Amino acid sequence: MSIDPPLGLLAELTHRCPLRCPYCSNPVELARLAQELDTETWLRVFREAADLGVLQLHLSGGEPTLRRDLPALVRGAAEAGLYTNLITAGVTLDAARVEALAEAGLDHVQLSVQDAEAASADRIGGQAGGHAKKLAAAAAIRAAGLPLTLNAVVHRQNLDRLPALIDLALALGAQRMEVAHVQYYGWALANRDALLPTRAQLDAATAVVDAARAGLKGRLVIDYVVPDYHAERPKACMGGWGRAVMAVSPAGRALPCHAAESLPGFDFPNVRDHGLSAIWEGSEAFNRFRGTAWMTGPCRGCPRAEQDWGGCRCQAFALTGDAAATDPACALSPRHHLLAEAVAEAALAGSGFTYREPGRPPSPRS
Amino acid sequence: MITEASIPRLARGVRLREDAARGRTVVLAPERLFVPDETALAVLALLDGARGAGAVIDMLAAQYDAPRTEIAADVLTMLEELADKGVIVT
Repeated sequence: MSIDPPLGLLAELTHRCPLRCPYCSNPVELARLAQELDTETWLRVFREAADLGVLQLHLSGGEPTLRRDLPALVRGAAEAGLYTNLITAGVTLDAARVEALAEAGLDHVQLSVQDAEAASADRIGGQAGGHAKKLAAAAAIRAAGLPLTLNAVVHRQNLDRLPALIDLALALGAQRMEVAHVQYYGWALANRDALLPTRAQLDAATAVVDAARAGLKGRLVIDYVVPDYHAERPKACMGGWGRAVMAVSPAGRALPCHAAESLPGFDFPNVRDHGLSAIWEGSEAFNRFRGTAWMTGPCRGCPRAEQDWGGCRCQAFALTGDAAATDPACALSPRHHLLAEAVAEAALAGSGFTYREPGRPPSPRS
Repeated sequence: MITEASIPRLARGVRLREDAARGRTVVLAPERLFVPDETALAVLALLDGARGAGAVIDMLAAQYDAPRTEIAADVLTMLEELADKGVIVT
């Protein structure tokens, strides 16, 4: 079997972040500063990625701008021919920092917001004054001429303000917006009761997106997908395991998905010890759920097996205890009822959060 | 609305690039990637930020030895679609 090279590399440069979002996609066991890869190793990884066939580099975290060597990393990636995308919370960016990144060859910035209203946004992000800093960062990004995507992370506590979030994207000069429903593993799973939207909220949001897409054609591109807990079919998570994207953790572990460290029984190879090509093509971890041969249950022989690739392995493990099970987001999964039960349970729950804190992983859900 | 007088160019953050590993040319855009077909590639390669859509149509009509009215309709439709996707601006 010939293995197609990855199109994207997700470089999680650090797990450090000044925000404490209760749905953070980082693992519950956060890497410490002393474990982070150094500049030279990242630059080597970027060159190896370009040689392997990677076209797009996503510089993420944690908050990637906390890395003092970020301009050097952007420069090295651009020199390797990679399209560079910075995924930032924006609260640590100022005009000088943005200008240095633009000059180093940065192609695009994706800025996250927690809500359209400052008080709610600051409560969700867990940092007073954070929202205002993001607005200033957006202005600096546009002043530097960089294209901007606004990433609005949505859930029950802000989804009703989606029209205001779209207005915010326009006001900030974004050409693109991601309406990103929270995905429920790790920190977000621990906060699921406080975050899951109701069906009525979701239907209203979908109508808002449809109308905005039509009305803003040519001005704002909106990316939006129905969240798993209200879906009938799973998503092709990461475009399929070991198919489109390689993620590298702050400590250098190469992962088929940035959340894969939550899966037990894996020995994820480290970029300090192995080249990217050997990891992508030859490692047991990348081959375990690649393709369709590993599938069981409703996935095996399913006509959609090569469209959704069985869905999300992390969600399958989080909800069923078996990483090789069909993602319960699929209506054909014998565990699909778990999602509707979770939605019903969340509708009766309160709005308090367990915030992301280093060294304090949330207690696992039963 | 794109007309023959428009001067389309690749938007900031959009790059036309050789994809050596896969033997093709791709359009890289914010968190998206397009694989242009031969016609789209011929149009995109002519967008230099100075040349108008009318001149692009003239050049393609000559290159493909095709009726200018047909080429004009195809090119303007394609440019409109690329503008809607945010790939080009005028």
